[in-house]
Amino acid sequence: MSLFGLLTPQAFIHGPIETGAQIIVIVAVLVTVLAITYLGRWRWLWQQWLTSLDPKRIGIMYILLSFVMFGRGFVDALMMKSQQALAVGAPGYISPDHFAQLFTAHGVIMIFFAAMAFMFGIINLVLPLQLGSKDVAFPLLNSISFWLTATGALLLNLSLVVGQFAATGWLAYPPLSELAYSPGVGVDYYIWALQIAGIGTLLSGINFLTTIATMRGHLRLMQMPMFTWTTLGSMLLVIFAFPILTVTLALLALDRTLGFHFFTTDLGGNAMMYVNLIWAWGHPEVYILVLPAFGIFSEVVATFSQKKLFGYTSMVVATMLIVVLSFMVWVHHFFTMGAGADVNAFFGIMTMAIAIPTGVKVFNWLFTMFRGRIIFATPMLWFIGFLTTFTIGGMTGVLMSIPAADFQLHNSLFLVAHFHNMIIGGVVFGFFAGFTYWFPKFTGIMLNERWGKAAFWAWIVGFLMAFMPLYALGLMGVTRRLDHIDVASGLYTQPWAHWLFDIAAAGAAVIALAVLFQIIQIIVSIWNKHKHHVGENPWRSQGPEWQEPAEPLHERSARGVAIGAVAALFGFGLIWHIWWLAALALIGILLSLITLPKPEYAD
Amino acid sequence: MPTDKTTLGFWLYIMSDCVLFASLFATFAVLRGSEDIFSLPFVFVQTLALLISSFTVGLAFVTKKQNTFLILTLLLGLGFLGLEVYEFKNLMLEGFGPSHSAYLSSFFALVGTHGLHVAAGCLWMLVMLVTQRFYQLQRLVLFWHFLDIIWIFIFTFVYLFGII
Ligand code: HEM
Ligand SMILES: [Cu+2]
Repeated sequence: MSLFGLLTPQAFIHGPIETGAQIIVIVAVLVTVLAITYLGRWRWLWQQWLTSLDPKRIGIMYILLSFVMFGRGFVDALMMKSQQALAVGAPGYISPDHFAQLFTAHGVIMIFFAAMAFMFGIINLVLPLQLGSKDVAFPLLNSISFWLTATGALLLNLSLVVGQFAATGWLAYPPLSELAYSPGVGVDYYIWALQIAGIGTLLSGINFLTTIATMRGHLRLMQMPMFTWTTLGSMLLVIFAFPILTVTLALLALDRTLGFHFFTTDLGGNAMMYVNLIWAWGHPEVYILVLPAFGIFSEVVATFSQKKLFGYTSMVVATMLIVVLSFMVWVHHFFTMGAGADVNAFFGIMTMAIAIPTGVKVFNWLFTMFRGRIIFATPMLWFIGFLTTFTIGGMTGVLMSIPAADFQLHNSLFLVAHFHNMIIGGVVFGFFAGFTYWFPKFTGIMLNERWGKAAFWAWIVGFLMAFMPLYALGLMGVTRRLDHIDVASGLYTQPWAHWLFDIAAAGAAVIALAVLFQIIQIIVSIWNKHKHHVGENPWRSQGPEWQEPAEPLHERSARGVAIGAVAALFGFGLIWHIWWLAALALIGILLSLITLPKPEYAD
Repeated sequence: MPTDKTTLGFWLYIMSDCVLFASLFATFAVLRGSEDIFSLPFVFVQTLALLISSFTVGLAFVTKKQNTFLILTLLLGLGFLGLEVYEFKNLMLEGFGPSHSAYLSSFFALVGTHGLHVAAGCLWMLVMLVTQRFYQLQRLVLFWHFLDIIWIFIFTFVYLFGII
């Protein structure tokens, strides 16, 4: 047992393409550090941002983190798409193991760090204002949550430099993710990055629920804006679902590091139990992401139809029904497990049932538009794009909820098309809509509409090109996560299968263009500040968050950053079996909790 | 009323901790085997220690003698932990460690997680006693009763049913 555990110089040496990524990460960090030093901005960064307890600043940091991670996840996606286009009947340019790391990292990054961070960013910015309170219930806890999320992202990216990432798929199913079949540190990076970020999320859930419950002044429950309601639903899901993830990952870690036998192939281990547990978290997780997006759309559609939201009460009821039902459908992710016809039928029916409250929402949105004087501003475009693509995705989802059909479609590209339909069309478009909608509230600047509309059209066209062909390919029998299509497979002889892959890759390129437009949009808007200056309520929205100015708060604490940094050391120590480091870090975390200053109210 | 915020927040934490234990109970139920390795009288002593400590921590809250009763609770908690460590060590020495089977893995994970919580509670009490600041006492009491309830479930489902 050496001082540095499993860590050897070997861990820094990679194949050619991975080395490229490694160098990019190192250079990016160096450039950032040098730039800040050159501009003399360290003190400003530390005092105004890193240690700030203002939920608005924390929210902006979440969104920046999300953008960075989205960039990385998107590069992974581009590599996968290009590989798949090049590798029909050929090996392509990416090795199978590297390809496996790509789809794993892509899925993990997009869900946990691109989407979740974006969500918490928007919640931090908007929720307190909608409640008419300036702050969240526990400002320091909020900062700690953010830094734990950032630490998870840090560990994940560190795996590009030292060691490797998991090559198991984004949910790391055993037995593949067990030590016997994944002996490297990849899965350990996975476990500890998610464990640390997951604790942060759980704490955020507690924080925002308490905020909604205790800090809304005279606002009655049934007067709360829809975004607040859906955030409430989402945070309820967080506090009930994330502990399951914590347990699942902890058990896998015990298997891998201490030789337990929860999910191993021998001594009574049960891999399907892992699959059950992780989906008992995983299905609620997709609703955690999409509920706040629903809330954003409810705000957007009312504002830009210049009407009140149709069916407020039924929206609230539908939201809460979704919260309850989303814990009763998880088996639809593995009908093929062989739980038997009765069990599958039950979960199939529950899955179809969850489409009902979702359908209620869709109709409420439609009726809100009905006879409204619709303004086709960018947020509204995102909404209309969402309504169409999300409905397609919803229908393919109901299709797969029929167990008999799912036996054919399970783990095929049909499934990949379905969930991107929901996640891009639902979650990502929703957050883009919210971002554009609320941007003027916090900056006084309107995001450039022309570039925004260009970005929207490129996104929707690129999205349809990238994912509609996958429905067809899935029906033709192409399974997911294929690094190449074998010459021996019948598919190779059908030339149009090849075209479908090409169209999908071209679609990803169009999305890249859309992302470029978005970057230009932000730069142009900030650059021409004066031209885009519009004041705080350009959309003339009725929502409470628009009525009062958002004042900056000046409270600061370095404890969040400190706990995040020490948690990073803790995770690193566990990943590389550097036990003294993990132990010291744990003591550090305990000390920083014990020495928390006494709150004012306590005498 | 900031105290209300913290109390509510703490209740929410307790609820999420319930889910955590529920998941561990579920894995235990799935993986349970039938090895006759527990000694009921021994566990009974542990249970008594924890039950009495729940009583004393309550007294620390309702009477003025916070120090006395907290020290008593702390000692009972430490005694409980000592017994648990002793039990774990013995099981491992006899070859029934967590690597022995999935059943024992789930046993050690469930009971050990509860033990870690008790240890955290003891540390919490220690800090209170050293700093002589008791503003978190109400939440500590809540936490301690919660651990007691979890233990009753463990006692019933793991030990009693394990023996039957
Ligand atoms: C931006 C455009 C995106 C493109 C072009 C893209 C492309 C892909 C591709 C090619 C795969 C692998 C499919 C296969 O198994 O063969 C994949 C998997 C996946 N994607 Fe995306 N994706 C995008 C955005 C997103 C977003 C926004 C999310 C979530 C917020 C997401 C979540 C996932 C997940 C969870 C997987 C499964 C990973 C696994 O197999 O373990 N993707 N994506
Ligand atoms: Cu699901």
